[in-house]
Amino acid sequence: MSLISNITAATLAKDIRLEWRSKDAINSMLFFGLLVVVVFSFSFDPIAEESRRIAGGLVWVAFLFAAVVALNQTWAREVRNQVLDAYRISPAPANSLFLAKALGNFLFVIVLEALMTPLFIVFYKLRALGPAWMLIPIAVLGTWALVVNGTFFAAMSLRTRAREIMLPLLLFPISLPAILAMVRATTAILTADEPAKFWIVLLATYDVVFTTACLLLFETVLQAE
Amino acid sequence: MKRAFPILGILTAVLLSYGLYEALVVAPTEQTMGDVQRIFYYHVSSAWTAFLLFTINFVASVIYLIRRSPVADAVAVVTAEVGLVFCTVVLVTGPIWARPVWGIWWTWDVRLTSTLVLWLIYVSYLMLRRFSTSGQTPLLAAVLAVFGALDVPIVYFSIWFFRTQHPQPVIGGGGSIDSRMMHALLINWLAFLCFAFLVCWSRYRLEVLRREVEEVQSQESMFEARSAR
Repeated sequence: MSLISNITAATLAKDIRLEWRSKDAINSMLFFGLLVVVVFSFSFDPIAEESRRIAGGLVWVAFLFAAVVALNQTWAREVRNQVLDAYRISPAPANSLFLAKALGNFLFVIVLEALMTPLFIVFYKLRALGPAWMLIPIAVLGTWALVVNGTFFAAMSLRTRAREIMLPLLLFPISLPAILAMVRATTAILTADEPAKFWIVLLATYDVVFTTACLLLFETVLQAE
Repeated sequence: MKRAFPILGILTAVLLSYGLYEALVVAPTEQTMGDVQRIFYYHVSSAWTAFLLFTINFVASVIYLIRRSPVADAVAVVTAEVGLVFCTVVLVTGPIWARPVWGIWWTWDVRLTSTLVLWLIYVSYLMLRRFSTSGQTPLLAAVLAVFGALDVPIVYFSIWFFRTQHPQPVIGGGGSIDSRMMHALLINWLAFLCFAFLVCWSRYRLEVLRREVEEVQSQESMFEARSAR
């Protein structure tokens, strides 16, 4: 167990340091997210009441697209420098690498969400009618749902032609229930029309099921070559 | 074995024609919906066939993950492709039936949505197989099939939370159905199953031949590389 956590911590620290110095993922995600916000506010010119109903969908679509930008870069660096091959021959457990990558992506997307949320509030004149603190667990669970499967499918799409196109094609169909749950939960909080509890529980279930599946199958996918 | 294929073909043709006769002539006209209800015999038979094929695909994928047997992988390809065709038939006949009866083409109800998501997952499954460049396509596809199988119950449950528009299953759901209608449905299902099996069989033979050709080609290129040296 300590071996897993040591390798995870080392890989995560390396990824964060690289990202801190280059800021590649976060800059491209932020700019992409900003573009999505601007395009959406051209397409709809909503009053406060109406924007409450559609904001849940808009916010998560923006985060989803931005997250794909980060996820696509997850493994690229490791493939370029043959790190993955070295990792395959080393006795280090595959899951610690996976956890490090998933946690790294999680961190980047959460930072993106924290920076983008004020923009959404300003552009769409948002004010939650329900308990706003509940948006934090929804963001955490929802982001993990996207990122855990995204990291996994990014590793799978390494072995395909046009891998950057392949990732969303694999990720979106499987993520549909999670996206539905995040959007409904966020809308429920913003409009205070219905309780968000069911959707939060559903998100948590989705997270548990797919985190388990990823951890069970990642070794197989990593070794496939 | 060689003779079994045409015999099955003839049997399927006979069953399909008998099923058509049963569905269009013998089965009574439904009281409220009228003749449009007869699409039921094709809609439901295709749905059951598609779900059966997807189940076989899942089982074959799990077997592949455990045993790495090429036969299991060939079965998985075949059932995914044919299942997707039947699933498409379901998604096309559904709206044709729904428009005159419900007054709408489509509704985001639990069975419709789950079937659509299932369809999307299998489209992405086949695209993965198509785009994969490594020799590990079967493995990646099997992993995706497992993810899809985990996803569908969650989709079903999450949408079931809303009120549902699709009629409760008439069979096994406490509803009643005329015995002649049931008879026509079962005949059609049997015919569709035979047809699906027939298509799967020839697709399976094609897959086996394709693999043999690939094998021979790679051996030839190895031989050429060696003689060039």
